[in-house]
Amino acid sequence: MTPPPALSLRESPLDPATAVNDQIVPAGDRWMHEIKAGQTLRIVDLEGNQAADTLFYNARDFSERYSATDTMLAQRNLYLGTGTRLMSSEGRALLEITADTCGRHDTLGGACSRESNTMRYAHEKHDMHACRDSFLCGVTDWGHGLGKRDLPCNINFFMNVPVTPEGGLTFADGISHPGAYVEMRALLDVVCLISNCPQLNNPCNAYNPTPIRVLIWE
Amino acid sequence: MPDPLLDLTLKGGAMWSALIGRGKRLRLTDVAGGANVGLLLYNARERHERYNMPDTLKGQHVFYLRAPYCLHSDMGRLLASMTADTAGWHDTVCGHSTAAMVREKYGERTFQEARNECYRDARTCFLIELAKWGLGKRDLVPNVNFFSKVVAGEAGALTRVPGHSMPGSVVELRMEMDCVVVLNTCPHPLDDTPSYAPGPVHLQVLPGTPPALDDPSLAIRPENLRGFQNTDLYFDLQS
Repeated sequence: MTPPPALSLRESPLDPATAVNDQIVPAGDRWMHEIKAGQTLRIVDLEGNQAADTLFYNARDFSERYSATDTMLAQRNLYLGTGTRLMSSEGRALLEITADTCGRHDTLGGACSRESNTMRYAHEKHDMHACRDSFLCGVTDWGHGLGKRDLPCNINFFMNVPVTPEGGLTFADGISHPGAYVEMRALLDVVCLISNCPQLNNPCNAYNPTPIRVLIWE
Repeated sequence: MPDPLLDLTLKGGAMWSALIGRGKRLRLTDVAGGANVGLLLYNARERHERYNMPDTLKGQHVFYLRAPYCLHSDMGRLLASMTADTAGWHDTVCGHSTAAMVREKYGERTFQEARNECYRDARTCFLIELAKWGLGKRDLVPNVNFFSKVVAGEAGALTRVPGHSMPGSVVELRMEMDCVVVLNTCPHPLDDTPSYAPGPVHLQVLPGTPPALDDPSLAIRPENLRGFQNTDLYFDLQS
Protein backbone atom coordinates (compact mmCIF):
# COMPACT_ATOMS: atom_id res chain seq x y z
CA MET A 1 0.00 0.00 0.00
CA THR A 2 1.09 3.62 -0.43
CA PRO A 3 2.39 5.06 2.81
CA PRO A 4 0.03 7.60 4.39
CA PRO A 5 1.13 11.21 4.13
CA ALA A 6 2.22 13.47 6.96
CA LEU A 7 4.11 10.91 8.95
CA SER A 8 6.22 12.58 11.57
CA LEU A 9 8.29 9.75 12.97
CA ARG A 10 10.34 10.47 16.04
CA GLU A 11 12.29 8.05 18.20
CA SER A 12 12.61 8.36 21.96
CA PRO A 13 15.86 8.48 23.93
CA LEU A 14 14.24 6.75 26.94
CA ASP A 15 15.71 3.43 28.05
CA PRO A 16 13.22 0.71 29.08
CA ALA A 17 15.67 -0.36 31.81
CA THR A 18 14.96 2.91 33.67
CA ALA A 19 11.14 2.71 33.46
CA VAL A 20 9.31 2.77 36.81
CA ASN A 21 6.53 0.61 35.43
CA ASP A 22 6.81 -2.00 32.69
CA GLN A 23 3.97 -4.38 31.93
CA ILE A 24 2.77 -6.67 29.18
CA VAL A 25 -0.97 -6.37 28.50
CA PRO A 26 -2.17 -9.58 26.77
CA ALA A 27 -4.55 -9.40 23.81
CA GLY A 28 -8.09 -8.64 25.00
CA ASP A 29 -7.00 -7.48 28.48
CA ARG A 30 -7.19 -4.01 29.98
CA TRP A 31 -4.75 -1.79 31.87
CA MET A 32 -5.63 1.18 34.07
CA HIS A 33 -3.04 3.31 35.79
CA GLU A 34 -2.43 6.82 37.07
CA ILE A 35 0.24 8.83 35.26
CA LYS A 36 1.53 11.86 37.13
CA ALA A 37 2.17 15.20 35.47
CA GLY A 38 5.67 15.04 33.99
CA GLN A 39 5.72 11.25 33.68
CA THR A 40 5.99 9.65 30.24
CA LEU A 41 3.84 6.77 29.01
CA ARG A 42 4.95 4.51 26.17
CA ILE A 43 2.71 1.95 24.46
CA VAL A 44 4.53 -0.64 22.35
CA ASP A 45 2.81 -2.63 19.59
CA LEU A 46 4.90 -5.76 20.21
CA GLU A 47 3.88 -7.86 17.22
CA GLY A 48 2.46 -5.16 14.91
CA ASN A 49 -1.01 -4.15 13.70
CA GLN A 50 -2.57 -4.18 17.16
CA ALA A 51 -5.11 -1.51 18.15
CA ALA A 52 -4.73 -0.09 21.68
CA ASP A 53 -8.06 1.59 22.56
CA THR A 54 -7.18 4.30 25.05
CA LEU A 55 -8.98 6.80 27.31
CA PHE A 56 -7.63 9.44 29.68
CA TYR A 57 -9.24 11.18 32.65
CA ASN A 58 -8.11 14.02 34.87
CA ALA A 59 -7.06 12.04 37.96
CA ARG A 60 -8.54 14.72 40.27
CA ASP A 61 -11.88 15.13 38.43
CA PHE A 62 -13.07 12.33 36.20
CA SER A 63 -15.74 14.54 34.63
CA GLU A 64 -12.81 16.07 32.72
CA ARG A 65 -11.74 13.48 30.19
CA TYR A 66 -10.15 12.97 26.79
CA SER A 67 -12.15 14.62 24.03
CA ALA A 68 -11.68 13.35 20.48
CA THR A 69 -13.42 16.37 18.94
CA ASP A 70 -11.46 18.93 20.98
CA THR A 71 -8.23 17.14 20.05
CA MET A 72 -9.05 17.15 16.31
CA LEU A 73 -10.30 20.72 16.51
CA ALA A 74 -7.21 22.01 18.34
CA GLN A 75 -4.88 20.69 15.61
CA ARG A 76 -7.44 20.97 12.80
CA ASN A 77 -6.50 17.46 11.79
CA LEU A 78 -8.02 14.00 12.06
CA TYR A 79 -4.89 12.00 12.79
CA LEU A 80 -2.79 11.85 15.94
CA GLY A 81 1.00 11.82 15.84
CA THR A 82 4.14 13.44 17.23
CA GLY A 83 3.26 16.87 18.60
CA THR A 84 -0.46 16.17 19.03
CA ARG A 85 -1.81 17.54 22.28
CA LEU A 86 -4.48 15.22 23.66
CA MET A 87 -7.19 17.67 24.72
CA SER A 88 -9.75 17.34 27.48
CA SER A 89 -13.45 18.11 27.47
CA GLU A 90 -12.51 21.30 29.38
CA GLY A 91 -10.20 22.46 26.59
CA ARG A 92 -6.97 21.64 28.43
CA ALA A 93 -4.08 19.54 27.15
CA LEU A 94 -3.89 16.31 29.17
CA LEU A 95 -0.83 14.86 27.45
CA GLU A 96 1.38 15.56 24.47
CA ILE A 97 2.69 12.93 22.07
CA THR A 98 6.48 13.23 22.24
CA ALA A 99 7.66 10.25 20.20
CA ASP A 100 6.08 7.96 17.64
CA THR A 101 7.54 5.28 15.39
CA CYS A 102 4.19 4.28 13.86
CA GLY A 103 3.22 7.53 12.16
CA ARG A 104 -0.42 8.08 12.74
CA HIS A 105 -3.17 7.06 15.08
CA ASP A 106 -6.95 7.18 14.94
CA THR A 107 -9.54 8.90 17.10
CA LEU A 108 -12.62 8.53 14.87
CA GLY A 109 -13.09 4.77 15.05
CA GLY A 110 -14.18 4.48 18.68
CA ALA A 111 -14.16 1.19 20.54
CA CYS A 112 -15.83 -2.06 19.53
CA SER A 113 -18.76 -3.25 21.62
CA ARG A 114 -20.79 -6.44 21.61
CA GLU A 115 -23.85 -4.40 20.66
CA SER A 116 -22.15 -2.56 17.81
CA ASN A 117 -20.73 -5.88 16.54
CA THR A 118 -24.33 -7.05 16.00
CA MET A 119 -25.01 -3.89 13.99
CA ARG A 120 -21.74 -3.90 12.04
CA TYR A 121 -21.22 -7.60 11.28
CA ALA A 122 -24.09 -9.95 12.15
CA HIS A 123 -26.64 -10.48 14.90
CA GLU A 124 -24.88 -13.67 16.01
CA LYS A 125 -21.67 -11.76 16.92
CA HIS A 126 -23.12 -10.75 20.30
CA ASP A 127 -20.98 -13.11 22.37
CA MET A 128 -17.59 -11.88 21.15
CA HIS A 129 -15.35 -10.09 23.66
CA ALA A 130 -15.19 -6.35 22.97
CA CYS A 131 -13.32 -3.22 24.08
CA ARG A 132 -16.29 -1.47 25.64
CA ASP A 133 -16.83 -4.38 28.02
CA SER A 134 -13.17 -4.05 29.04
CA PHE A 135 -13.65 -0.29 29.47
CA LEU A 136 -16.75 -0.90 31.63
CA CYS A 137 -14.84 -3.33 33.85
CA GLY A 138 -12.03 -0.77 34.10
CA VAL A 139 -14.15 2.18 35.17
CA THR A 140 -16.39 0.19 37.53
CA ASP A 141 -13.34 -1.43 39.20
CA TRP A 142 -11.71 1.99 39.60
CA GLY A 143 -14.71 3.07 41.69
CA HIS A 144 -15.79 6.67 42.34
CA GLY A 145 -19.22 5.85 40.89
CA LEU A 146 -17.87 5.64 37.35
CA GLY A 147 -19.87 3.76 34.75
CA LYS A 148 -21.09 3.69 31.18
CA ARG A 149 -21.64 7.45 31.02
CA ASP A 150 -17.92 7.86 31.56
CA LEU A 151 -16.89 6.24 28.28
CA PRO A 152 -16.26 9.04 25.78
CA CYS A 153 -14.87 8.50 22.27
CA ASN A 154 -11.38 7.05 22.62
CA ILE A 155 -8.04 6.99 20.84
CA ASN A 156 -7.02 3.95 18.82
CA PHE A 157 -3.26 3.90 18.93
CA PHE A 158 -1.70 2.05 15.96
CA MET A 159 -5.03 1.90 14.12
CA ASN A 160 -5.39 3.20 10.57
CA VAL A 161 -8.80 4.67 9.63
CA PRO A 162 -8.22 6.79 6.53
CA VAL A 163 -10.85 9.33 5.43
CA THR A 164 -11.03 10.21 1.75
CA PRO A 165 -11.59 13.78 0.45
CA GLU A 166 -15.05 12.54 -0.66
CA GLY A 167 -15.87 11.70 2.96
CA GLY A 168 -15.52 7.91 2.84
CA LEU A 169 -14.13 6.10 5.87
CA THR A 170 -12.42 2.73 5.84
CA PHE A 171 -10.69 0.40 8.25
CA ALA A 172 -7.46 -0.20 6.42
CA ASP A 173 -4.58 -2.52 7.08
CA GLY A 174 -2.49 -1.23 9.91
CA ILE A 175 0.51 0.94 9.16
CA SER A 176 2.09 -0.23 12.39
CA HIS A 177 4.85 -2.81 12.66
CA PRO A 178 6.34 -5.09 15.34
CA GLY A 179 7.98 -2.95 18.00
CA ALA A 180 6.34 0.32 16.90
CA TYR A 181 5.66 2.60 19.83
CA VAL A 182 4.02 5.88 20.73
CA GLU A 183 5.09 7.94 23.71
CA MET A 184 3.37 10.80 25.49
CA ARG A 185 4.16 13.10 28.39
CA ALA A 186 1.43 13.86 30.93
CA LEU A 187 0.78 17.57 31.45
CA LEU A 188 -1.70 16.95 34.28
CA ASP A 189 -2.14 14.02 36.67
CA VAL A 190 -4.19 11.65 34.52
CA VAL A 191 -5.62 8.15 34.70
CA CYS A 192 -5.11 6.04 31.58
CA LEU A 193 -7.43 3.19 30.63
CA ILE A 194 -6.38 0.90 27.78
CA SER A 195 -8.34 -1.95 26.23
CA ASN A 196 -6.01 -4.08 24.17
CA CYS A 197 -8.54 -4.69 21.42
CA PRO A 198 -9.94 -8.23 20.99
CA GLN A 199 -11.77 -7.47 17.70
CA LEU A 200 -11.65 -10.38 15.21
CA ASN A 201 -14.05 -9.04 12.60
CA ASN A 202 -11.94 -6.42 10.82
CA PRO A 203 -8.29 -5.76 9.95
CA CYS A 204 -7.67 -3.39 12.90
CA ASN A 205 -5.74 -6.20 14.61
CA ALA A 206 -4.84 -8.07 11.42
CA TYR A 207 -7.50 -10.61 12.57
CA ASN A 208 -5.09 -11.76 15.26
CA PRO A 209 -5.04 -9.72 18.50
CA THR A 210 -1.58 -9.66 20.11
CA PRO A 211 -0.04 -8.27 23.33
CA ILE A 212 1.15 -4.71 23.91
CA ARG A 213 3.74 -3.44 26.39
CA VAL A 214 3.14 -0.38 28.54
CA LEU A 215 5.96 1.55 30.24
CA ILE A 216 6.07 4.63 32.47
CA TRP A 217 9.10 6.84 33.15
CA GLU A 218 9.52 9.55 35.78
CA MET B 1 -47.03 18.04 4.56
CA PRO B 2 -49.08 17.27 7.69
CA ASP B 3 -49.76 20.02 10.21
CA PRO B 4 -46.76 20.38 12.50
CA LEU B 5 -47.15 19.52 16.17
CA LEU B 6 -44.64 22.23 16.92
CA ASP B 7 -43.56 25.24 14.91
CA LEU B 8 -40.84 27.47 16.28
CA THR B 9 -38.04 29.72 15.08
CA LEU B 10 -34.83 29.82 17.08
CA LYS B 11 -32.55 32.79 16.63
CA GLY B 12 -28.85 32.18 16.05
CA GLY B 13 -26.96 31.40 19.26
CA ALA B 14 -30.03 29.90 20.95
CA MET B 15 -30.79 26.48 22.46
CA TRP B 16 -33.68 24.04 22.68
CA SER B 17 -34.51 20.52 23.83
CA ALA B 18 -37.52 18.21 23.72
CA LEU B 19 -38.55 14.58 24.01
CA ILE B 20 -39.76 13.47 20.57
CA GLY B 21 -41.54 10.15 20.15
CA ARG B 22 -40.67 7.27 17.82
CA GLY B 23 -41.73 7.89 14.20
CA LYS B 24 -42.17 11.65 14.58
CA ARG B 25 -39.98 13.88 12.47
CA LEU B 26 -37.92 16.91 13.43
CA ARG B 27 -37.57 19.25 10.48
CA LEU B 28 -34.88 21.94 10.61
CA THR B 29 -34.75 24.82 8.13
CA ASP B 30 -31.74 27.09 7.76
CA VAL B 31 -33.71 30.32 7.33
CA ALA B 32 -31.03 32.70 6.05
CA GLY B 33 -28.25 30.32 4.95
CA GLY B 34 -25.03 29.54 6.81
CA ALA B 35 -26.69 28.40 10.05
CA ASN B 36 -25.27 25.62 12.22
CA VAL B 37 -27.28 23.26 14.41
CA GLY B 38 -25.27 21.34 17.00
CA LEU B 39 -27.40 18.33 17.93
CA LEU B 40 -27.30 15.34 20.27
CA LEU B 41 -29.79 12.52 20.79
CA TYR B 42 -30.40 10.35 23.85
CA ASN B 43 -32.70 7.37 24.36
CA ALA B 44 -35.47 8.98 26.44
CA ARG B 45 -35.86 5.90 28.63
CA GLU B 46 -32.22 4.98 29.23
CA ARG B 47 -30.44 8.27 28.87
CA HIS B 48 -26.97 6.76 29.11
CA GLU B 49 -27.72 5.40 25.62
CA ARG B 50 -26.74 8.22 23.29
CA TYR B 51 -25.65 9.30 19.84
CA ASN B 52 -22.30 7.71 19.08
CA MET B 53 -20.13 9.35 16.48
CA PRO B 54 -17.78 6.38 15.87
CA ASP B 55 -20.56 3.80 15.53
CA THR B 56 -22.48 6.15 13.21
CA LEU B 57 -19.41 6.58 11.01
CA LYS B 58 -18.19 2.95 11.12
CA GLY B 59 -21.68 1.60 10.53
CA GLN B 60 -22.02 3.59 7.32
CA HIS B 61 -18.38 3.92 6.19
CA VAL B 62 -18.59 7.71 6.05
CA PHE B 63 -17.24 10.61 8.06
CA TYR B 64 -20.14 12.99 7.47
CA LEU B 65 -23.92 12.63 7.38
CA ARG B 66 -26.47 13.12 4.62
CA ALA B 67 -29.88 11.64 3.83
CA PRO B 68 -30.74 8.78 4.01
CA TYR B 69 -28.05 7.95 6.60
CA CYS B 70 -28.87 7.27 10.24
CA LEU B 71 -27.69 8.45 13.63
CA HIS B 72 -26.60 5.38 15.60
CA SER B 73 -26.54 4.96 19.37
CA ASP B 74 -23.73 3.35 21.36
CA MET B 75 -25.91 0.24 21.88
CA GLY B 76 -26.14 -1.06 18.31
CA ARG B 77 -29.46 0.67 17.72
CA LEU B 78 -30.72 3.59 15.61
CA LEU B 79 -31.78 6.85 17.23
CA ALA B 80 -32.87 8.67 14.06
CA SER B 81 -32.82 8.52 10.26
CA MET B 82 -32.32 11.41 7.86
CA THR B 83 -35.49 11.50 5.77
CA ALA B 84 -34.94 14.82 3.99
CA ASP B 85 -31.81 16.84 3.30
CA THR B 86 -31.13 19.60 0.80
CA ALA B 87 -27.66 20.50 2.14
CA GLY B 88 -26.08 17.07 1.47
CA TRP B 89 -23.20 17.17 3.96
CA HIS B 90 -23.28 17.61 7.75
CA ASP B 91 -20.17 17.63 9.95
CA THR B 92 -19.74 14.92 12.59
CA VAL B 93 -16.18 15.40 13.83
CA CYS B 94 -15.65 19.01 14.95
CA GLY B 95 -17.73 18.98 18.13
CA HIS B 96 -18.78 22.30 19.59
CA SER B 97 -17.51 25.75 20.48
CA THR B 98 -16.62 26.62 24.07
CA ALA B 99 -16.81 29.91 25.95
CA ALA B 100 -13.03 30.32 25.55
CA MET B 101 -13.21 29.74 21.78
CA VAL B 102 -16.03 32.23 21.34
CA ARG B 103 -14.22 34.84 23.46
CA GLU B 104 -11.00 34.37 21.54
CA LYS B 105 -12.66 34.58 18.14
CA TYR B 106 -15.34 37.21 18.63
CA GLY B 107 -14.46 39.00 21.86
CA GLU B 108 -16.92 39.31 24.67
CA ARG B 109 -20.50 40.54 24.62
CA THR B 110 -22.16 40.09 27.97
CA PHE B 111 -25.80 40.10 28.96
CA GLN B 112 -25.16 43.32 30.93
CA GLU B 113 -24.15 45.21 27.80
CA ALA B 114 -26.18 43.46 25.11
CA ARG B 115 -29.13 41.83 26.89
CA ASN B 116 -30.26 38.88 24.78
CA GLU B 117 -27.88 39.71 21.98
CA CYS B 118 -25.03 38.43 24.18
CA TYR B 119 -22.68 35.81 22.69
CA ARG B 120 -23.36 32.20 23.57
CA ASP B 121 -21.20 29.12 23.01
CA ALA B 122 -22.38 25.65 22.11
CA ARG B 123 -20.88 23.82 25.10
CA THR B 124 -22.66 26.06 27.61
CA CYS B 125 -25.93 25.70 25.67
CA PHE B 126 -25.59 21.90 25.57
CA LEU B 127 -24.90 21.72 29.31
CA ILE B 128 -27.87 23.97 30.17
CA GLU B 129 -30.32 21.89 28.12
CA LEU B 130 -28.80 18.54 29.22
CA ALA B 131 -29.25 19.53 32.87
CA LYS B 132 -33.01 19.82 32.28
CA TRP B 133 -33.10 16.09 31.49
CA GLY B 134 -30.92 15.03 34.40
CA LEU B 135 -27.79 14.90 32.23
CA GLY B 136 -24.48 16.73 32.45
CA LYS B 137 -20.81 16.84 31.52
CA ARG B 138 -20.49 13.05 31.53
CA ASP B 139 -23.16 12.88 28.83
CA LEU B 140 -21.79 15.54 26.51
CA VAL B 141 -20.30 13.55 23.63
CA PRO B 142 -19.27 14.49 20.07
CA ASN B 143 -22.31 16.05 18.39
CA VAL B 144 -23.52 16.44 14.82
CA ASN B 145 -23.25 19.89 13.23
CA PHE B 146 -26.13 20.11 10.77
CA PHE B 147 -25.75 22.49 7.79
CA SER B 148 -21.94 22.66 8.20
CA LYS B 149 -19.57 20.97 5.77
CA VAL B 150 -16.06 20.06 6.88
CA VAL B 151 -13.77 18.11 4.58
CA ALA B 152 -10.54 16.25 5.33
CA GLY B 153 -7.47 16.51 3.12
CA GLU B 154 -5.26 13.56 2.26
CA ALA B 155 -3.11 14.19 5.35
CA GLY B 156 -6.14 14.65 7.59
CA ALA B 157 -6.31 18.48 7.63
CA LEU B 158 -9.83 19.69 8.40
CA THR B 159 -11.36 22.57 6.46
CA ARG B 160 -14.83 24.06 6.81
CA VAL B 161 -16.43 24.87 3.46
CA PRO B 162 -17.93 28.37 3.66
CA GLY B 163 -21.28 29.15 2.02
CA HIS B 164 -22.32 25.48 2.10
CA SER B 165 -25.89 25.76 3.35
CA MET B 166 -28.23 27.90 1.26
CA PRO B 167 -31.18 29.92 2.61
CA GLY B 168 -34.07 27.48 2.99
CA SER B 169 -31.90 24.36 3.34
CA VAL B 170 -33.85 21.62 5.08
CA VAL B 171 -32.88 18.55 7.05
CA GLU B 172 -35.40 16.18 8.54
CA LEU B 173 -34.81 13.49 11.18
CA ARG B 174 -37.26 10.67 11.81
CA MET B 175 -36.92 9.44 15.39
CA GLU B 176 -36.40 5.67 15.45
CA MET B 177 -36.62 5.74 19.24
CA ASP B 178 -38.24 8.03 21.78
CA CYS B 179 -35.42 10.57 21.91
CA VAL B 180 -34.38 13.47 24.06
CA VAL B 181 -33.20 15.95 21.42
CA VAL B 182 -30.77 18.62 22.59
CA LEU B 183 -29.67 21.29 20.12
CA ASN B 184 -28.31 24.79 19.73
CA THR B 185 -27.74 27.28 16.94
CA CYS B 186 -24.30 28.55 17.97
CA PRO B 187 -21.64 29.04 15.27
CA HIS B 188 -19.67 26.03 14.04
CA PRO B 189 -16.29 25.86 15.84
CA LEU B 190 -14.42 26.26 12.53
CA ASP B 191 -16.61 29.12 11.29
CA ASP B 192 -14.14 31.86 10.37
CA THR B 193 -16.70 34.62 9.82
CA PRO B 194 -15.05 37.47 11.75
CA SER B 195 -18.25 38.65 13.46
CA TYR B 196 -20.56 36.61 15.70
CA ALA B 197 -23.55 36.18 13.39
CA PRO B 198 -25.10 32.70 13.74
CA GLY B 199 -28.22 32.25 11.62
CA PRO B 200 -31.78 31.52 12.74
CA VAL B 201 -33.27 28.05 12.36
CA HIS B 202 -36.91 27.09 11.94
CA LEU B 203 -37.94 23.96 13.86
CA GLN B 204 -40.97 21.82 13.18
CA VAL B 205 -42.04 18.52 14.66
CA LEU B 206 -44.26 16.51 12.33
CA PRO B 207 -46.36 13.45 13.09
CA GLY B 208 -45.22 10.13 11.62
CA THR B 209 -44.77 6.42 12.10
CA PRO B 210 -41.77 4.05 12.16
CA PRO B 211 -40.50 2.97 8.72
CA ALA B 212 -41.02 -0.21 6.75
CA LEU B 213 -37.99 -2.48 6.30
CA ASP B 214 -37.48 -1.28 2.71
CA ASP B 215 -37.14 2.35 3.82
CA PRO B 216 -34.19 4.08 2.04
CA SER B 217 -32.43 4.77 5.38
CA LEU B 218 -32.44 1.05 6.20
CA ALA B 219 -31.76 -0.16 2.67
CA ILE B 220 -28.63 1.94 2.13
CA ARG B 221 -26.52 -0.17 4.51
CA PRO B 222 -27.04 -3.67 5.94
CA GLU B 223 -25.65 -2.19 9.21
CA ASN B 224 -28.60 0.23 9.33
CA LEU B 225 -31.10 -2.58 8.82
CA ARG B 226 -29.51 -4.62 11.62
CA GLY B 227 -29.45 -1.52 13.83
CA PHE B 228 -33.14 -0.98 13.11
CA GLN B 229 -33.91 -4.64 13.89
CA ASN B 230 -32.09 -4.19 17.21
CA THR B 231 -34.21 -1.07 17.87
CA ASP B 232 -37.42 -2.84 16.93
CA LEU B 233 -36.59 -5.74 19.24
CA TYR B 234 -35.88 -3.26 22.05
CA PHE B 235 -39.45 -1.92 21.69
CA ASP B 236 -41.06 -5.34 21.12
CA LEU B 237 -39.61 -6.58 24.39
CA GLN B 238 -41.11 -3.64 26.26
CA SER B 239 -44.61 -3.46 24.79
